[in-house]
Amino acid sequence: MRAFTQHQGLVAPMDRSNVDTDMIIPKQFLKSIKRTGFGPNLFDELRYLDEGKPDQDSSQRPLNPDFVLNQPRYQGASILLARSNFGCGSSREHAPWALDDYGFRVIIAPSFADIFYNNCFKNGLLPIVLEEKIVDQLFREAEAEEGYQLSVDLDAKTVTTPSGESFSFDVDDFRRHCLLNGLDDIGVTLEDAELIKAYEDQRRQTAPWLFGAGQ
Amino acid sequence: MAGKTLYDKLWDDHLVKQRDDGSALIYIDRHLLHEVTSPQAFEGLRLAGRKPWRIDANLATPDHNVPTTDRDKGIDGIVDPVSRTQVETLGKNCDEFGILEFKIKDKRQGIVHVIGPEQGATLPGMTIVCGDSHTSTHGAFGCLAHGIGTSEVEHVLATQCLVQQKMKNMLVKVNGQLGEGVTGKDVVLAIIGKIGTAGGTGYAIEFGGEAIQNLSMEGRMTICNMAIEAGARVGMVAVDGTTIDYVKGRPFAPKGETWDAAVKYWRTLHSDLDAQFDKVVEFDGSEILPQVSWGTSPEMVADITGAVPDPAKEEDPIKREGIERALKYMGLKPNQAITDIKLDRVFIGSCTNSRIEDLREAAAVVKGRKVADSLKQAMVVPGSGLVKEQAEAEGLDRIFVEAGLEWRDPGCSMCLAMNADKLGQGEHCASTSNRNFEGRQGFGGRTHLVSPAMAAAAAVAGHFVDVRELLNPATGEN
Repeated sequence: MRAFTQHQGLVAPMDRSNVDTDMIIPKQFLKSIKRTGFGPNLFDELRYLDEGKPDQDSSQRPLNPDFVLNQPRYQGASILLARSNFGCGSSREHAPWALDDYGFRVIIAPSFADIFYNNCFKNGLLPIVLEEKIVDQLFREAEAEEGYQLSVDLDAKTVTTPSGESFSFDVDDFRRHCLLNGLDDIGVTLEDAELIKAYEDQRRQTAPWLFGAGQ
Repeated sequence: MAGKTLYDKLWDDHLVKQRDDGSALIYIDRHLLHEVTSPQAFEGLRLAGRKPWRIDANLATPDHNVPTTDRDKGIDGIVDPVSRTQVETLGKNCDEFGILEFKIKDKRQGIVHVIGPEQGATLPGMTIVCGDSHTSTHGAFGCLAHGIGTSEVEHVLATQCLVQQKMKNMLVKVNGQLGEGVTGKDVVLAIIGKIGTAGGTGYAIEFGGEAIQNLSMEGRMTICNMAIEAGARVGMVAVDGTTIDYVKGRPFAPKGETWDAAVKYWRTLHSDLDAQFDKVVEFDGSEILPQVSWGTSPEMVADITGAVPDPAKEEDPIKREGIERALKYMGLKPNQAITDIKLDRVFIGSCTNSRIEDLREAAAVVKGRKVADSLKQAMVVPGSGLVKEQAEAEGLDRIFVEAGLEWRDPGCSMCLAMNADKLGQGEHCASTSNRNFEGRQGFGGRTHLVSPAMAAAAAVAGHFVDVRELLNPATGEN
């Protein structure tokens, strides 16, 4: 996995709560058997005026001029500023894949849905929870100032504004460690293979009905 | 020391290692797979040169992309080549690694959350995961069950474990008795309407109370299925006689002495009387009415006797804007009566409501009646080949067809419209599925979430109607 340590980038504010993963990447694009190439269809139904189809050249499609990511000032944004309960609904990891493929590295919101939050860390994408009033302030600043950028430091767990104001955020130690070092967490788990085998052996004795049924 | 909650017990029984950083390795007993969220996980295994840790813990079936007609053609019946590739890829992956798969022509094929319980592959006390958020369904059996992303599908395949952080405990208690015509679906929609779509975020929810205890396993599955729509990855119900009776005799269930030992353990799978929950929410079951969603989030629900809300009366500006946006998308007016919402299509199916009891409830309403002429389509999609077989043995298919509903083959179908079954732009659908998000059932489609009985009643009327009037015309309120 790609490591994440620090990032500075342009902020795009998406002023809408309860953004669900169907909205982030609609179902017709989930038919792919790859992990890449979802960027052109990120927020497809909000971003384009027509109905998107897989394997279509999206550069020829009519854009919705009202959608934030279509505005010239937000081209090249890599930090998405969002509202509460971002990423709710379906567990599709295609949602973080699409955000990542588009070019986002950080998402800041007052709250995230659990599965989406977890999926982000598996893909080098950093979801940051900040208090609602701080997010409100960042929305005001990002909308007021063209070219508004934030600096994110995962090691120090801070988000810093252009004026130098800094906000701390929480992230649990294991996820932070994996992201900072770009670790493959399957590899980390397999370091405990003996423990897993020992647990399994004990369960075969105490709960034999859990084994063998699917063969 | 305070007693343990059901979630605490399930967690403790599956803890392989507690790490110093607060994360834990949790062992996974059952892993369910389908075609949409698994191909990249198998590819990841191959790229890393890894093998599945424990083949017999896995069970797979294609469900999201399968057509609900022409199933005798098998995979060749899938017209969309991209969908076909995905279903074929699942088949190849399962064959390569020796994983049991109920393929498209197998009568045991069906929606992954229907076939697990049906086969007894879902057993009380298990940890169960699947690359699908509605895996919470299996919590109805006193399981710790939740959806995962594709990276975690790969992680479970490779290690039989997941790295987890322990969630908080929430008890949602539904006291008293449910009224006639009020089902598990209405209960869970009413719960989400109250606590909101983020109300359960960070929690494992246990559903309890007299109204839950009186529900069948199908009703409990419907409620746990939609825990994720309240933000909770995990929904659970304690094990009782209803659970054990349902599991007994199923193909994957233990037998003989092992069964007796299992039952003894399963009987312990309930929260202790002195268990402490971080949050408790209580409902009076007798006050819950049939529910209809009017908006684009599962928390946007109203009683069938109620009306679409007026955004002008909402003080919170973010909520007001959310209501305005939803009404615009849904083509509804403030204060419009729910019964005035006219429908274009009706969909009875999905992992929420496609089990035999759901079909019985819908059939009881349409029996001897006809689907309204104004509808473009009304379809019933059973949750599995075995549900279909059972329904046909009971004559439910004939009741549906005589009433003018289409009787289809099993799959996820119009719940998320990955196959050919979808809504047209601007069409209103009474749907027994779980999500009313924008575009969920088709580009520009408008979804209203309801119970099977309410969907059936709406099919007959052509608009929403209080199912209690159809069940009991003499005492109906109107």
